[in-house]
Amino acid sequence: MLVVLLCVITFTFVLVQLAPGGPFTRERSIPPTIKKELEARYNLDGPIWQQFTTYLGVRKNSRGEYSGILQGDFQPSLKYRDRSVRELLAQSLPISATLGFAAFLLATTGGVWLGSLAAVRHRSPTDLCAMLAALFFISIPNFVVGPVLIMLFAIKIQALPVGGWTSWTSLVLPAITLAGPYVAYIARLMRTSMLEVLHQDFVRTARAKGLSEGRVVYQHALKVGILPVVSYLGPLAAGLVTGSIVVETIFNIPGSGPFFIGAIQNNDVFLLEGVVIVDCLLIVLFNFGVDIAYTWLDRRIRLE
Amino acid sequence: MSSATPPPPGAWERLRKNPVAVGAMVVLGLIILAAIFGPALYRVDPHATSHAQYQPPSGDHFFGTDNNGRDSLARILEGARISLLVGFCGAIVSLFVGTSYGLVSGYLGGRVDNVMMRIVEILYALPRLLLIIIFTFVFDKQMKDWLTTWKLAIGKTVLINGPDLVGYSKIIILIFALGLIEWLTMARIVRGQVLSLKNLQFVTAARALGQSHTRIIIRHLLPNIIGIIIVYLTLTIPAVILDESFLSFLGLGVQAPQASWGSLLSDGAQVINPVKSYWWLLVYPAMVMSVTLLALNFLGDALRDALDPRARG
Repeated sequence: MLVVLLCVITFTFVLVQLAPGGPFTRERSIPPTIKKELEARYNLDGPIWQQFTTYLGVRKNSRGEYSGILQGDFQPSLKYRDRSVRELLAQSLPISATLGFAAFLLATTGGVWLGSLAAVRHRSPTDLCAMLAALFFISIPNFVVGPVLIMLFAIKIQALPVGGWTSWTSLVLPAITLAGPYVAYIARLMRTSMLEVLHQDFVRTARAKGLSEGRVVYQHALKVGILPVVSYLGPLAAGLVTGSIVVETIFNIPGSGPFFIGAIQNNDVFLLEGVVIVDCLLIVLFNFGVDIAYTWLDRRIRLE
Repeated sequence: MSSATPPPPGAWERLRKNPVAVGAMVVLGLIILAAIFGPALYRVDPHATSHAQYQPPSGDHFFGTDNNGRDSLARILEGARISLLVGFCGAIVSLFVGTSYGLVSGYLGGRVDNVMMRIVEILYALPRLLLIIIFTFVFDKQMKDWLTTWKLAIGKTVLINGPDLVGYSKIIILIFALGLIEWLTMARIVRGQVLSLKNLQFVTAARALGQSHTRIIIRHLLPNIIGIIIVYLTLTIPAVILDESFLSFLGLGVQAPQASWGSLLSDGAQVINPVKSYWWLLVYPAMVMSVTLLALNFLGDALRDALDPRARG
């Protein structure tokens, strides 16, 4: 896990350092001496491995201290000079996380429910409609869904805010937009796996015991049928993180997405690194949790 | 993982009998024809600005005009060329990477296979697009510098002249970058197929005859999985188109004045407001793009059904 994280950090750091220009080119015609000073101040001088080890916090910086990622110091932002990357992240991440979590709940519950419904009513109109809708939502990118939703619900009937981040109502449209394709994808996964599970012996046994159809499906079959969805949660989280960038842009939400784009355009090395590292850290941790949950679920099934 | 299936006979007949597949193929054919011949038939310069800003669709401009008075239909046709080009070429890049990765992993098996598949799993769970955004951003300038001095020539005839392509450097980078992130599914599928194929008798026979590993992979394994590769190639194209338009939507992909469907949508999304609605700037690109992606996904699903009836849900 740590190895993955270290790889990601190294990869982004080296890539960003390779970028043409460097973070200080934007301010036009600064004298070379000042540029040198600036680079030294932010520890962006010297060979790349020195910069990297300083950034990690295993080598003394220009002030003679160890202060880097390991010490929890993400350096100041190079664009917003008076603010540290940590401040910017502390401000924006909770917003992104709320949005991501809402979309996550929507995607999993909606997808699982739709998928099992389609499986139970296999080859019925419900099944056909659900699967057509699913393919539709997988094919249509969320930056089409988003503006269309805004047009309908925020401008035509003015039921929900156009964007921004004021009350819980401003969460509705972005969360739906973000979750849309994943609801569809999970529904398809769930349907395939449930169709397989519903023909297995233990389901027949449960039916033979005279359990109601609802209990058979939602208590017995679901526990097994949900496994492919659980293993899809990792990629889902990655998708939501990427997707939230575009959704935050559409709905003008002050999350970490706009900072990411800004950081790329401004060559803001530390801010860019910060966003990528924190995102990846969260995802790696999340995957770890999913792995544990999976083994737990799997064991229970084997015990049964 | 289902066991390997050589394409059953009559796959084409089954595909032709599937109305959804035929519809998808017709739609795709039309869109591709429009992308290739459209700009020649519809002689409007997509980059020509005029004073006729924000004209709603009319006889002069079928799809209306945008904020610079450019003709939307011409822009969408140009966007179709770029989006489809990136989609197809990116999918082919991913085809090469994914197939060779999957072949090697499945054929070698054992510990190597374990490690290689673990890497795929990790990559699946990383926000690859974020990393690829940085990648495209960083290498754009390098690519431009390199293109200005590079050319591909056999003897005296210049096949590809680098400097001519400088304007397209971003597109070339996008093709490679997106191809490099969308190969994971392909690798997984190919590996699964190879795993079940390699223990079959014809492979053992080939080995007993003393054929080299490379030859077994290329001559015996590859032809047997070509069907499934085609299916996932069809499904990779919409994924790449989606990624490309995602980047262009954020302003990190194709650069103005060139247009792709993503950048057109982003222009369209910026001008929706309660006061005055320029719906045509959003609706037409959204429709064309959605129809294309839907058709590709439908075709991919239908192909999968036709080639591998057992995988049907």
